[in-house]
Amino acid sequence: MHHEEPWEHPTTTSNRKCQPEGTKRQEMLYPSHLVQRRQAQNREAARKSRLRKKAYVHQLEQSRLRLAQLEQEFKQARQQGLLIGGGFDPGHLDFSPPVNSGIAAFEMEYGHWVDEQNRQICELRNALNAHINDVELRVLVENGMKHYFKLFRLKAVAAKADVFYIMCGLWKTSSERFFLWIGGFRPSELLKVLVPQLQPLAEPQHLEVGNLRQSCQQAEEALSQGMDKLQKTLADSVAFDQMGDCFLPPMARAVEQLEALVSFVNQADHLRQETLLQMSRILTTRQTARGLLALGEYFHRLRALSSLWASQPREAVR
Amino acid sequence: MDKVIRFASDKGVVIFSKSSCCLCYTVNILFQELGVNPMVYEIDQDPDCREIERALLRMGCATAVPAVFVGGKFIGSTNEVMSLHLSGSLIPLVRPYLQQPQS
Repeated sequence: MHHEEPWEHPTTTSNRKCQPEGTKRQEMLYPSHLVQRRQAQNREAARKSRLRKKAYVHQLEQSRLRLAQLEQEFKQARQQGLLIGGGFDPGHLDFSPPVNSGIAAFEMEYGHWVDEQNRQICELRNALNAHINDVELRVLVENGMKHYFKLFRLKAVAAKADVFYIMCGLWKTSSERFFLWIGGFRPSELLKVLVPQLQPLAEPQHLEVGNLRQSCQQAEEALSQGMDKLQKTLADSVAFDQMGDCFLPPMARAVEQLEALVSFVNQADHLRQETLLQMSRILTTRQTARGLLALGEYFHRLRALSSLWASQPREAVR
Repeated sequence: MDKVIRFASDKGVVIFSKSSCCLCYTVNILFQELGVNPMVYEIDQDPDCREIERALLRMGCATAVPAVFVGGKFIGSTNEVMSLHLSGSLIPLVRPYLQQPQS
C-alpha cells in the first residue's frame, strides 16, 4: 500500500527514472511518486488549458462572423433609408469582412460606375454645348453605351453571387427601387423618358421609335408573365418541399428555380441593352448623345430624390 | 437529330420546351402576343429527352430550351428571339404563320 511521505521530509529516491532536466531538482528534493503525480497534474492542466483556448478561439470566430453579418444588415438598412442620421460608420471598424464577397465586390464596382457615369454626363453636356464635331461626339457616345453594357456585365456576375440582392435592387437608392422591374429599369420607361427629349424626329425615325416602343412593351409583358409563373413555382416549391423525397436534398427544386431567376435577370438586362442599341441605331450621333445626356440626368435626379426625402425635417414621433 | 428535325419542319413556329421552364413560357407568350400560336414540344415528357437535349445543344443553344424554329429553320433561344423582335425582324419572319389579326 502506498502512503504519502510528508513534504517536509524530502528524501532522495532510489528508483530514479530518466526524466527531463528541469525535474532533476524536484527529483532530488521529493520522492519520485510525488514528482510523477505533479507531472501528470501538469499534463492534465496543460491539456485543459489547450481545450479552453480552442473553445475561446472558436467563440471569437463565431462573433467575428456575426459582426460581419450585422454590419451588412446595418449597411443595407441604411441604404434603404430605414436609419436616418446614419449612426456610426462601419467603415471605421478595424475589420469588416464581407458576408458575400461577390456582392461586396459588386457594391464597390457600382460606386466607381456611378462616379464614372457622373463624369461622362458632365463631359457630354460640355461637348454638346460646345458644338463639337460628330466624329468626336461619336467617341463620347460609344463610351456612354459601353458604360451601360459594363453595368449589365457586373450585374450578371453579381446575380450568380446573390440573385435576390439583384432582384431587390439593393444597390440602388430607394427612389430607383420604387420603379424596379426585374432587377433594373423598365426599358419602355426609358423610351418614355428619352423620346420627348429628342424631338423633333424625322418621320422614318418616328415610325421606327414607335415600333421599338411596341416591341419593347410586348417583350416586357412576356417576361413579366414568365416571372409571375416563376414566382408562383418557387413559392410552391418552398411551401410543398417534399421532405420525404429521398432522391433529392431538401429544397432542391427551389434551388433549381433560383438558377432560372438568374436567367430572368439576364434576359431583362439583355432587353435593356437591346433597347439602347436599337435607339442608337435609329438616331443620329447627335441625337443619341442628347439621349444619353437626358437619361443620365434623369437617373441622377431620381437618385437625388432619395437624399432629398431623407434630409427633410420630420415631425417627432410621440 | 431526326426527331428534332421532323417535328420542327412541318409546323410554322415551334418551341422546344420543358414543362418546368419559365423562360420557355415567356417565349410562348411573346409569340402569342404577335398573333402566332406556336407548337410547343415539351421534351421532358419525351423518353428521349436527354438525346433531344444534346441535339439542341449541338445546334448552338447555350441552354437546350427554349429552342425556337420558324418554318423549319433554327432561330435560336430567348436572346435571339428578343433581339430579333426589338430590331423589328421577328414579325416579318412569322407573318406567314399568323393565326389571328395582330393585337
